[in-house]
Amino acid sequence: MPEPVVTRQGSRETVVFYVVGVLFLIVVPLLNVVPDEESWMHISDFRLNQFGKFLAFAILALGLDLIWGYCGVLSMGQGVFFGLGAYCMGMYLALQIGKESVYGSELPDFMVWTQVKELPLFWYPFKSFLGGFFGAILVPVLFATIFGFLAFRSRIKGVYFAIITQALAFAAWLVFNRNETRLGGTNGLTDFKQLLGFRLSDPSTQRGLYILTVLALAASYLLCRWIVASRAGNVLIAIRDSESRVTFSGYTPWMYKLFVFVVAAGLAGLAGMLYVPQVGIITPAQIGVLPSLEVVIWVAVGGRGTLIGAILGAVAVNYGRSVLTNYFPEAWPFILGGLFVVVVTMFPDGLVGMIRKLTDRKQTHRPLIKVEGGTTA
Amino acid sequence: MVISLAGIPRNLSVLVLFLLPAIGLGLQSTLAAGEADPAASPVVSSADSIEQALLDVKSEDEAVRSKAVALLIEKGDASLVPKLDAIRAEADRAVRIAIKPVIDLLKNRANLTSGQPDTRRSAAADLVGTGRPEAITWLEEAAAKETVWWVRYTMEEAAQLIQLRSQDPAVRLEAVKKLGDHRSQNSLSLLQEFVEAGTQSGATEEQRTLAVAAETAIEQINSWGWWANAIETLFRGISLSSILLIMSLGLAIVFGLMGVINMAHGELMMIGAYATFITQQAFIGWFSPDLFDWYFPVALPVAFLSAALFGWVLEATVIRFLYGRLLETLLATWGVSLILMQAARVYFGDLTAVIAPQALRGGAQVMVGVYLPYNRIFIIILSIICVLGIYFLLFRSNLGIRVRAVTQNRNMSACLGIPTRKVDSYTFAFASGLAGIAGWALTMVGNVDPGLGQNYIVDAFMVVVTGGVGKLAGTIWASLGIGGLNKLIEPVSGAVYGKVFILVGVILFLQWRPQGLFAAKGRSADA
Repeated sequence: MPEPVVTRQGSRETVVFYVVGVLFLIVVPLLNVVPDEESWMHISDFRLNQFGKFLAFAILALGLDLIWGYCGVLSMGQGVFFGLGAYCMGMYLALQIGKESVYGSELPDFMVWTQVKELPLFWYPFKSFLGGFFGAILVPVLFATIFGFLAFRSRIKGVYFAIITQALAFAAWLVFNRNETRLGGTNGLTDFKQLLGFRLSDPSTQRGLYILTVLALAASYLLCRWIVASRAGNVLIAIRDSESRVTFSGYTPWMYKLFVFVVAAGLAGLAGMLYVPQVGIITPAQIGVLPSLEVVIWVAVGGRGTLIGAILGAVAVNYGRSVLTNYFPEAWPFILGGLFVVVVTMFPDGLVGMIRKLTDRKQTHRPLIKVEGGTTA
Repeated sequence: MVISLAGIPRNLSVLVLFLLPAIGLGLQSTLAAGEADPAASPVVSSADSIEQALLDVKSEDEAVRSKAVALLIEKGDASLVPKLDAIRAEADRAVRIAIKPVIDLLKNRANLTSGQPDTRRSAAADLVGTGRPEAITWLEEAAAKETVWWVRYTMEEAAQLIQLRSQDPAVRLEAVKKLGDHRSQNSLSLLQEFVEAGTQSGATEEQRTLAVAAETAIEQINSWGWWANAIETLFRGISLSSILLIMSLGLAIVFGLMGVINMAHGELMMIGAYATFITQQAFIGWFSPDLFDWYFPVALPVAFLSAALFGWVLEATVIRFLYGRLLETLLATWGVSLILMQAARVYFGDLTAVIAPQALRGGAQVMVGVYLPYNRIFIIILSIICVLGIYFLLFRSNLGIRVRAVTQNRNMSACLGIPTRKVDSYTFAFASGLAGIAGWALTMVGNVDPGLGQNYIVDAFMVVVTGGVGKLAGTIWASLGIGGLNKLIEPVSGAVYGKVFILVGVILFLQWRPQGLFAAKGRSADA
């Protein structure tokens, strides 16, 4: 593999990273504040909030890209970790509502109407912000550690792992839908009022959250890049391309997989944590089988195996969705399904792959994803 | 005398009765005497008295009404029901309440001799609710003539249940013992009352003996009930297992052969179900109602072929470009499944159902407390047939030999001249057809809706993963295990946690056997 190509592309990615970062971090919020509302330059509060949501999704996509794009392990249950993070933050926010709730009770509304008299024990840590903050990261991480340990140690891989994680998403969706789990059942957690004393309905709070999301995304990106560029990152890619050779070389692939799976879960939790205060609601519908698979399609559309691709895919697909569902609400599942088929069969390298193909005319095309060595005998 | 009363305008007679209760009572007692002994007043034909009673029933006086009701119950028959219904339609509330039991009794009495066993049985069960002692003799007469054992059982049980409310303690004691012998589940709450009455401090000697008898009876019933319940749970488990089995067979064959997990398998099933639905609509539209039940057998090839055709097209247009990229096929077929589901939702709407043919409605009461619906039995038999069919196809046919060869070693098979692409294409179409058959069978146990495939698909995947790649026996055992476990856990933990337990169970199982129940033996490191 010619080393210069990687560094050149790496440096180009760095430039793109700074340009886009500055654009999103400084220019977009300024456009929200400075021009007046009639101007075409103006970005409305709604749009800004929407961007914030997409960028939170991008963090989620980064995590999946790390494990799927670089390590070749397809997890169809990222929605679960996202949901765990989101629910942890949601619980903190729900407790912050306090006496402002519809029934004027200290308890969240849904507890009042499901006849829960006392706060369940597991809600107590989320009375403080630190509980919500660390819970949103640590709960998914802990869960991923246990699940990943069991799955990877027994060498469940490939399609098996994908199916098991899908079942996980299905089971989690079922459990979160129940009322007796004391997490709001089908309605989820909503109607949040404040975060650390800032009113969530206030545009400036939302702006702050947006900027936080951009920073978190940048930090996640840098973390992922650091992991990918490290020696461990090389092992990850090696595992993706031929796991048995890695094993024969004396490595223990399942440990690397577990590590990257846990990092992905932590990123998903972070994304969920940022998602909740911006969107204002978290329901089981966000953590089921379909939302988990949508993450996969973001990464596939953007181009897996490239970190920029994951971010690009998450933003592009979600933006397309918000535009299209406005005009053709019934058509979205068709488009989503079509994207799955078309991207997978015709553009395995996604948008980034296409862009590289167009810009690197001189070079012969080097696929980002090596085709696995035929079906196994 | 009755005639003379009929001559008086009704409101006047009411007035008289109201003002002079003594006279009224006198009149009634003579009236009652006249009824008790019809021979004493030969002038009065029963038809007349019934006519009279029909009038009296509308009376505003409760005593007159109840008299008329008693008469109607004793002498009336089902032919009165329309008349009573007419009266009931325009009468006020008190009268309606008075007439209701009469109608129920007469209807159910007539139904006791109906041609349909189910009607006879439900009539007997309904008669318990009225609690009228008259019904006992009817029930006993009907039971003596009854040929279907389950109907006879219900009639006898009903008679005893009514006896339980008798005034005579000896009769009650007898009834309690008989109900215990009958293992009657329906009598449990009444027997429990007896036990409670007997254990109270102020209980009489009679109550206490009754309580003792009731306790033995309850014990008898409960131990029987436990077995009946166990058998029913087992049956439900097998039934769910066979649904899973029919579904996973197709999945497992394709997975074993090509390593492709077909996420659209559930939607191929949905195609089979909709094909059945369309066939039914065609029969409703084009053929006479007598032929209606034939739609179901006709729908079998229709479902198989439409799903197989779709599978063939799917293989030719999507999957063949993705050989060797297993995870990608999974995603692409997921896309296809999304499209199919939404297409069904847009085109058919959310709820369509197929009417089961006559032969598959109802069920068999194999023993007391164990009821096996025919549609479930049908699915169990179908899954056995499917397994046998696949066995012959895989192990006794030319295609089967090729399929097994390609499953074991694709490259070597290709070298030996087996057209692997063709084998893939046929096998995929066949597996899709199997999904179609599964869909065809599933219309018997649920609605036809776009989410049909999604309901079972996760479990079916679990079966394939647990069973191991490309092993028929693995699929069978895994579906039996997962289906049975599901139904075993469900009553204890509820359906939702049942699913969670199954998932945890599968993950733990894979710790022990990472390659599934029956691992394919081979030398490949990346198996």
